[in-house]
Amino acid sequence: MSTVNSVAHGKHHHAHHYDSAEHQYLAAKFGTWVFLCTEILMFGGLFVGYIIYHQKFPQMFHEGSKFCDWRLGGTNTLVLIFSSLTMALSIYYAQLNQKKKSLASLYITLICGFIFLGIKYIEYTHKFHEGLFPGRFFAFDNPEEMARWKAMGINNMGMFFSFYFVMTGIHASHVIAGMGLITWLIIRTHRGDFDSDYYTPLECVGLFWHLVDLIWIYLFPLLYLIS
Amino acid sequence: MSSAPGKNYINEKSGLWSWLTTLDHKRIGILYMIAVMTFFAIGGTFAMLIRTELFKVGPTIMTAHQYNQVMTFHGAIMVFMVIIPGIPAFLGNFILPMQLGAKDVAFPRVNLLSWYCLIIGASIAFFSLFYNGVDTGWTFYTPYSITTQNGTILMVLGAFVIGFSSILTGLNFIVTTHKLRAPGMSFWRMPLFVWALYSTALLQVLATPVLAITLLLLSAERLLGVGIFDPKLGGDPVLFQHFFWFYSHPAVYIMILPAMGVVSELITTFSHKTIFGYKAIALSSVGIAAVSFFVWGHHMFVSGQSEIAGILFSFITMLVGVPTAIKVFNWTATLYKGSISFDSPMLFALGFLFLFTIGGVTGIILAVIGVDVHFHDTYFVVAHFHYVMVGGTLMAIMGGIYYWFPKMFGRMVNEFWARISFVLIFVGFNVTFFPQFILGAMGMPRRYFDYLPAYEPLNRISSIGAWTIGTGFLVGLAVIIHGLTKGEIAGDNPWGAKTLEWTTSSPPPHENFLVQPVVTAGPYEYR
Amino acid sequence: MLSTVSTSSHFMPPQGSEVAAGVDTLYGFLLIASFISCVLVIGGLIYFAVKYRRTSPDQKTPYISHSTTLEFLWSFIPFVIFMIVFVWGWWVYMQIRTMPTDALEIAVQGQKWSWTFTYKNGRTSGSEFYVPVGQDVRLVMNSVDVIHSFYIPAFRTKQDVVPGRYSNEWFRAEKEGDYQVFCAEYCGDGHSAMMAKIHVVSREKFEDWLANDPYKGLAPAAVGQKVYAGRCIACHDTQPRSQKNTKLGPNWGGIFGSTETIEGGTAKVDENYLRESILDPNAKIVKGFPMGVMPTQAGQLSEAEISGVIEYIKSLK
Repeated sequence: MSTVNSVAHGKHHHAHHYDSAEHQYLAAKFGTWVFLCTEILMFGGLFVGYIIYHQKFPQMFHEGSKFCDWRLGGTNTLVLIFSSLTMALSIYYAQLNQKKKSLASLYITLICGFIFLGIKYIEYTHKFHEGLFPGRFFAFDNPEEMARWKAMGINNMGMFFSFYFVMTGIHASHVIAGMGLITWLIIRTHRGDFDSDYYTPLECVGLFWHLVDLIWIYLFPLLYLIS
Repeated sequence: MSSAPGKNYINEKSGLWSWLTTLDHKRIGILYMIAVMTFFAIGGTFAMLIRTELFKVGPTIMTAHQYNQVMTFHGAIMVFMVIIPGIPAFLGNFILPMQLGAKDVAFPRVNLLSWYCLIIGASIAFFSLFYNGVDTGWTFYTPYSITTQNGTILMVLGAFVIGFSSILTGLNFIVTTHKLRAPGMSFWRMPLFVWALYSTALLQVLATPVLAITLLLLSAERLLGVGIFDPKLGGDPVLFQHFFWFYSHPAVYIMILPAMGVVSELITTFSHKTIFGYKAIALSSVGIAAVSFFVWGHHMFVSGQSEIAGILFSFITMLVGVPTAIKVFNWTATLYKGSISFDSPMLFALGFLFLFTIGGVTGIILAVIGVDVHFHDTYFVVAHFHYVMVGGTLMAIMGGIYYWFPKMFGRMVNEFWARISFVLIFVGFNVTFFPQFILGAMGMPRRYFDYLPAYEPLNRISSIGAWTIGTGFLVGLAVIIHGLTKGEIAGDNPWGAKTLEWTTSSPPPHENFLVQPVVTAGPYEYR
Repeated sequence: MLSTVSTSSHFMPPQGSEVAAGVDTLYGFLLIASFISCVLVIGGLIYFAVKYRRTSPDQKTPYISHSTTLEFLWSFIPFVIFMIVFVWGWWVYMQIRTMPTDALEIAVQGQKWSWTFTYKNGRTSGSEFYVPVGQDVRLVMNSVDVIHSFYIPAFRTKQDVVPGRYSNEWFRAEKEGDYQVFCAEYCGDGHSAMMAKIHVVSREKFEDWLANDPYKGLAPAAVGQKVYAGRCIACHDTQPRSQKNTKLGPNWGGIFGSTETIEGGTAKVDENYLRESILDPNAKIVKGFPMGVMPTQAGQLSEAEISGVIEYIKSLK
């Protein structure tokens, strides 16, 4: 954190244009909430697109969803929910000046992120192996299934996988960004930057991480549980 | 850390690096000024090329394919790189914290990041020139934008990055307005420029993310063939229009609301009279922002959307006309019994009132669905939006630059040449765009490289007007450059204005105010 | 014969139909209302600016902060006017959009960059079509590639032509004459060249034209010339190559029998080359012209028409 233009007030500096550390903290939280609104609107657009095409091609979505293993998706859901808990704990412990426990919570959150991405990697590679690519690259090498779909009137199965990869892909990019931010928090916690008087970055990243979790909780049933 | 006397935000630190890594909102405002003026020069050059090509029937200076690229770049540059950031990120960044009595915006580093988003995004967009350019029009309608073989995806991704500049600016302004007002400054004591920027910020934050996802989906459509907009793959090309205009309609209010804020400041200052209808103007800004989310379908009356949707959109568009009219009446009423001076900022404000009124009534005409069927996609629409975006926003930018010039740079501009530039721009503008209303009524469609001979006389007049505006802006540029280097030294408050930025020195010190202002009254107490 | 673009009242094109007259009446009202509003506001501001100009640097002004009455009046009155024009516009819109039940149906196909019209009896026509005067006509339109828009200024009607779906548009022409059609949705390089003409004629003349084989009694080259005028003219000129190329595609004059410089070599311009150029345009591209611009005519032209175009090109010097 830049110390130029900051004012010393207690142990922690606050930027020169704020009256106090508390003032800056409240502004930072408010700003984070405004940012979360922008994310909700962006994903919202994706969900609207999904709803429109699910309505248009219900059978195609139903059939496509069969390729999404609910056990893997369900595990990922639990992993993210758990990671939200550990993220919240890292703030709680920082507020109690328990640096070691706060750090441990952050590490566990990060590991959960890796588990999530690992499961996603398994899912993606499995799909690629089967030729289940998005859009015009769709090349499923199972002629019986293709014929069965054709008989049902489905001839654009690539669209389901477009939605699958675009939605989970953009979500995963946010998971990666979150993990980067958590790594930054780990480094700062090691350095002793946070204590009961100052834990603003933990809280703001925590809010972002909860949103990433929440978006997955919507994605999971829409992609995995509709078959 | 307070400034030594004689030190201000400009001379405090020197060197290009200190500017490129600054966290000072005033310096960031100046960085935006340079970027926006550069993009305006490029976009304006493309405009001159368009009007030169359209001077006569048949190819004049370019081929149809080149024309389509020039037309696309003109639109994309002006919309994304000039008019949207123009007032908020340049004048807003500089003035908003000062008008609130604050020392900076809430998140200075985010502010600097937003400028880099504009620069990087613009660079990506311009890079498309190396890949046969872009010829889709700034609206990127599918399926044409899916199949055209060129650098479309670079412009789309460039616009995506530029969108973050807008989102971050908006985010900063919302938090600044809520959290950093000086003691005693309630919401009802904020200047109207702040109200305007705040309403704009709501739109920037809520609408731009939808553009972001639209552009990402368009890119995915081009790269992967996802099928969402491509009828050959089961998609709906009209869905793209819904997604696109859901952002782009609020975007036009992002373009005009800040301009209205500037006009409020100019009218009251140069009448030396309190603004008439402060609350009405403030609330109408928020009202326009809110209603603007529900009118996007008026760009799509003939697209194939259902009749009932069209009728609903027409109705709600009428509703948004009411708060707009309210503002115009309140500004005019402010002039009544005022003490009016005709310095160049005021000329531009009065010019705004004149031109925006025409632009506004023609907007109502277009909102009447039975009449829009004829006018949609003709030069009538082109004339309408240039009246509000150039006659409106650009006039307000010019007025704002000349108004806040002494505050930002500590110098006055040459009044005589500033007025000359106003006359050239104002007259040139009407000569360029008024004939286009007639061309549209006569049935000339837009984005036409060539046209039937019956349309030639009016096109010639229009082109002559364009060269006049161009001259006017070149004069204006000279005025600004001369003012920066040789302008007469300005005092703290050369216009006798009442808002907080005028209580500090010109140019201001780094932390804006040597003593924290405390507010005890409204912003326009001319008593 | 009515001029296609000359203007009548308030600069609108001639009123080809009653619906057009209805639109113009509403537009006239809007113009008058707008003019009055502008005079009030602009006149007001000019009057105030002159009357209240500053007389001394410290001149004082009265502190008039607001007037709730005025605020109400100048919100309510515009609102009422807006509602009037909204309802009126709705009524006019329904006239434009309500399809007549017993109409002459014509299929319209838009593609980059020409229009093709097909009648129920199989008669087709490129770039121009005939309708009887006083008859409801319904166009059933679709596009084979990108979005176009079928705009008939004289009838004040327009409808986007979208790939993947059919859209409808109707009109009833009250006067005989020729009416201009424009494409009104940007669709690429030939957008402004993508025009059509509607010929409104008496019922007898119409029936005559409809039953007529357009190519009856015509030599192949004359057939080709008709096809050219209805389809190819948007992008190709019949001038020789020595003349400057002003259109999107290469000139045709004098090319038959010559050796064409194409991307990646040369080719002899014979019947086979021309046939390939019509059906598979991207196979050989004349040097200096872009790939992927000319759409294939496969499925659009009959064998007689293809042969006709080839003969026509042969005839051009």
